[in-house]
Amino acid sequence: MFRLLNKIHHVGMVSEPLVLEVAENTFKAVGSRLGEAVGRRFRGSLAIRHVDAGSCNGCELEIHALDNVYYSIERFGIHFVASPRHADLLLVTGPVSRHMQAAVYMAYAAMPEPKLVLAVGNCGADGGEFGVSYASCGAVRNVIPVDGMIRGCPPTPLDLMRGILALIDRKIPS
Amino acid sequence: MMEPSVWAVDFAAQFREKVVAFRRSSPSIQAPCYRFSVMPEEWGGVAAEAARAGLRWSGLWAEDQNNRIDLTVVLEKDGVYLLVQTRTADDSPSIASHGLYYPAADRSERRLADLFGIAFRDQADSRRWIRHQAWTELETPLRKTYPRSGRDETSTRADSGYPFLGAQGTGVCEIPVGPIHAGIIEPGHFRFQAVGEMILNLEARLGYVHKGIEKIAEGRDPEGLARLAGRVSGDATVAHTWAACMAMEHAAGIEISTRALALRAILAERERIINHLGDIGAICGDVGFAFGQYQFGRLRERCLRLNAELFGHRLMMDTIVPGGVYSDLPSEGGHRLLEEGIELRQELEELSVILDENPSLQDRWSTTGILTTEAARMLGVLGYVARASGVDFDVRRDAPYAPYDTLKVHVPVAMEGDVAARVRVRQEEIDVALDLIDELVSVLPAGSCRMPWSVPASDAEGLGCVEGWRGEHLTYVRFGPDNTIARFYPRDPSVLNWPALERLIIGNIVPDFPVCNKSLNGSYSGHDL
Repeated sequence: MFRLLNKIHHVGMVSEPLVLEVAENTFKAVGSRLGEAVGRRFRGSLAIRHVDAGSCNGCELEIHALDNVYYSIERFGIHFVASPRHADLLLVTGPVSRHMQAAVYMAYAAMPEPKLVLAVGNCGADGGEFGVSYASCGAVRNVIPVDGMIRGCPPTPLDLMRGILALIDRKIPS
Repeated sequence: MMEPSVWAVDFAAQFREKVVAFRRSSPSIQAPCYRFSVMPEEWGGVAAEAARAGLRWSGLWAEDQNNRIDLTVVLEKDGVYLLVQTRTADDSPSIASHGLYYPAADRSERRLADLFGIAFRDQADSRRWIRHQAWTELETPLRKTYPRSGRDETSTRADSGYPFLGAQGTGVCEIPVGPIHAGIIEPGHFRFQAVGEMILNLEARLGYVHKGIEKIAEGRDPEGLARLAGRVSGDATVAHTWAACMAMEHAAGIEISTRALALRAILAERERIINHLGDIGAICGDVGFAFGQYQFGRLRERCLRLNAELFGHRLMMDTIVPGGVYSDLPSEGGHRLLEEGIELRQELEELSVILDENPSLQDRWSTTGILTTEAARMLGVLGYVARASGVDFDVRRDAPYAPYDTLKVHVPVAMEGDVAARVRVRQEEIDVALDLIDELVSVLPAGSCRMPWSVPASDAEGLGCVEGWRGEHLTYVRFGPDNTIARFYPRDPSVLNWPALERLIIGNIVPDFPVCNKSLNGSYSGHDL
């Protein structure tokens, strides 16, 4: 136990701080702007449901990274929820495989209004390497209405935060 | 290398009368590799004799050759690979199943039945596997005549009517989970039968992320195939791309530079490290030990950032290309890697003591999700799942490919087969990977890191075999005319590891499913293709 506490003390706080003294495109600025936007437009709480619709798992790894101590996205009031019924925003990765088409639609339909959908990754945006085939429906917008997309293969955690911020700025009146 | 291959010659001799061709090499992997063909009626006998001779079943694929189907099974013993092939007589092929002798063959055969319309005789389980509702029983997507675009329809129905095994009795309840799970993970369906909290049986139903990778590989150029291979399973992008490039380079007869080989190994070892770090953290998280989750997650993120700095991509996607690696290591790169190694070792040493000393953590991990050595062998599982159950196999050591042929690869093994053993083996594998990186960096050969591509002959084929972080990857490539791909099959280790989950979970409690699952960590995408 002593070792554990000592390690916690020794490592200290590594979450990157919120100061706004650095350039626009770095994490710090994005983080604090995201926190403000969520505070103002979602009363401090934005609930996200993620659905992998056929991804290679690359996007999932980076979405996961949002929860690590460096990005710690919960600081900004953003949290991932287990049910689409609790979600404000649906984050869909991958080309939509035909075998996931019905499930993706059901998850979308289960969300309460008003709802937002972000297609994540090049595959979500336009089908990426996989495109449309006997097994793939391609882009997410081919299956459900999409409000925005975050390109990248996969998008980095910073890209993801920027993409969420851009969507909120554009879609939700303050 | 004469000794270990004796069995292969003996083995082939049993089929002497029926052997169509027996030749060494082509498709070759660096390790000794033999191949021979048999008549289709001998196919079942191959499995029977192979099982008797103690060969390991490693993979199975098919290819449409003008409506006759070529089947290839890969068997291995003592680091020597044997490819046995047959060609079916007509376009509605029926052939003996290998499942009777090799349970590992079950899902690969069911997959081929779904995609090629092959009927396997005497299958223990003849239910559909990869097919849901995107095509019908009468359609065969991987036949050449089947259009790439498939059916002209706007929406595919949710799957229904799959005959899951049932369980009856007082107090037995069924828990269906997925395809969409509660967390940020890939989709798949799990069907539990439980009494109270105890799991009587688990059946996985995969195939949800099947996106036609084999079909859309056809007609690509080598670079396009490398990009696709890098997206078969995003967490194993280096391993898949390496295996695919190795196969293509063998087909094209290209020898890549020693510098490129060393850089590929550095990338592969780093992939092993980042995945083990992330998973050990997640395994801590799954039993409520948030400290471990955040500490290991922190170390993983640091490695990812160094990847971005040195290789231009956090997950190292597209760093391996046909003929070598995309870009050379920056001049200060070697130094940065060594420096990171020192820090990481120190951190891991501290953390491993904390993990070992935490009784509640050990209580949740020890004796949880046991896979016996016998079951591991029977299912043919790979990688750390096999090694934590006493099955001592690692391609890097047992069928070494460059640059591992000149390195000493220590392979950690445990006997217990529980979650704790899988965590321990993975911790030790990080240490081994760090040692290998140190060695590779300190003697990094000079020279070019990418050789010019030379167009392979039409019909040239190659096999790639590498030890990815999950285990042995096996990738087959055959070229068509004009530098295009005619056939691509990447056998992800998850194909053989998923069935182990169904076995090791029996008798455990439902709340331990996440930790058992994470300790094995099969790839859905790599399995479904």
